[in-house]
Amino acid sequence: MALIDLSEVFFQYEGQTEEDGAVRGVSFGVNKGEWLSIIGHNGSGKSTLIKLLNGLYLPTSGEVKVEGISSAAEDRIWELRKKVGMIFQNPDNQLVATVVEEDVAFGLENLGVPPLEIQGRVKNALEKVRMGEFAKHAPHHLSGGQKQRVAIAGILAMEPEVLLMDEPTAMLDPSGRKEVLDTVLRLHEEQGITVVHVTHFMEEALAADRVLCMDEGKIALSGSPREVFLNIGGLHALGLEVPPMAELSLRLRKKGLRIPETVMSIEEMTEALCQLKSAI
Amino acid sequence: MLGDITLGQFFPGDSPVHRVDPRMKLLLTALYICLTFLVKDFIGYGLLLALLLFCTLLSGLKLKFMLRSLKPILMIILFTFFLNMFFAKGDRVLFAWRFIVITEESLYFAAFMALRLVFLILGTSLLTLTTSPIALTDGLERVLKPLKLVRFPVHELSMMMTIALRFIPTLLEETDKIMKAQAARGADFDTGNLLQRAKAMVPLLVPLFISAFRRADELAIAMEARCYRGGEGRTRMKILRLQAVDYLALLLFLALLAAELLRQRLL
Repeated sequence: MALIDLSEVFFQYEGQTEEDGAVRGVSFGVNKGEWLSIIGHNGSGKSTLIKLLNGLYLPTSGEVKVEGISSAAEDRIWELRKKVGMIFQNPDNQLVATVVEEDVAFGLENLGVPPLEIQGRVKNALEKVRMGEFAKHAPHHLSGGQKQRVAIAGILAMEPEVLLMDEPTAMLDPSGRKEVLDTVLRLHEEQGITVVHVTHFMEEALAADRVLCMDEGKIALSGSPREVFLNIGGLHALGLEVPPMAELSLRLRKKGLRIPETVMSIEEMTEALCQLKSAI
Repeated sequence: MLGDITLGQFFPGDSPVHRVDPRMKLLLTALYICLTFLVKDFIGYGLLLALLLFCTLLSGLKLKFMLRSLKPILMIILFTFFLNMFFAKGDRVLFAWRFIVITEESLYFAAFMALRLVFLILGTSLLTLTTSPIALTDGLERVLKPLKLVRFPVHELSMMMTIALRFIPTLLEETDKIMKAQAARGADFDTGNLLQRAKAMVPLLVPLFISAFRRADELAIAMEARCYRGGEGRTRMKILRLQAVDYLALLLFLALLAAELLRQRLL
């Protein structure tokens, strides 16, 4: 059974009808240990979708289940949210406390964990995101990337099953973006944490095991990153950018160069081009 | 320009004064305030001065810092002084010109009242200079806890204070940004009369408020996502436990209070 299960989920904001709702009939599962990226243009419903996964929004119809707990079950909502941690877009608007370690402790304090255990778990979580030395700092003195890492530590400390990320890098500069993505990637690889990642940076979705592409509240494309990004025509039709290297390799292939279809990143492109060059 | 504003006046350190439990410090400050109001003569002030100097030296703070805290209320102190000097009643006239009469008693009384203000400010400054705002909020939440019985929202209050402390720097930064953005479009914040300047603040305040509300909304969602559901069943990471230094400090303050009361009774 999948960790998170969505069946025929519809969601409408106030004043929307079923036909123009934000999410219209979405069904999929998130498996334990996988990295799922959700892409789509602005207004495609991807941010709404992710907020349905931890009961911040409740489906208008259909059901979201996390390990068998329905998000509509009011009495078990905190149990569900403990399993499904969430990182938001704006790094400033999700840090509550005036000291980094206090903020990481916030979730644990809410869960009623005993003080000594909180201290240990906070220290541990900060080490995991490599922010241990900033434990006593004030959040407003940190960079955007560091703030997001603190937010991640705050979720990790709660030991969730799934980490949801709603465009966590959208407000960061390129170095901050890399910092945050590398951190999550490492956690995913080392700790095997399940990740659901909403993003509009196609390169970021390359790290995923599976990509869902949203359009008009529905899943338009899905599959491995390579399958999705090779469907360049399909992506263009949905108003999405294709990762630059995928686009470049397609154009080179059209010109008759033998570049493998699987080339998606700069490293792979470099390698492919070098091989071509040495073959001459 | 706004970024330089430091929050509160906390001066970090690791002295015995810094280490006193915030709850104890609040209690001691309350005792100190009582003492300031109990004092009836200058000898009593001598006692207070000795206590203040002792604490200041122990805390490693420069006297300059302490005195700086008097600056904002200098006008009030002077006002109190002159008002009392001119209007307090007395017999032994030192100076008289038309309706202005200064007597020995009024001069004494004026100095006494002004000093009381000075001592109040210096004592409470010592609290805020040696206690971080966070520790202070934390201490306040725990000291006020009994008030929960009468339905006073202690936890909510301290949560609000924490969030305010967290977001003041963020909002200041934002104000700075908006000011620059509006100035780049020709807004003028610095010239004109009071009314014109107040009007110039409108294009600053409107976006600031809108953004503050949006932030509040997002923060509330983030807090809910992290299982926040009020103070019920919540634990805290920090354990506050009274140490020897706390009891020593309490003993010192109580001894002084007793000494002053005894002196007044006997003399």
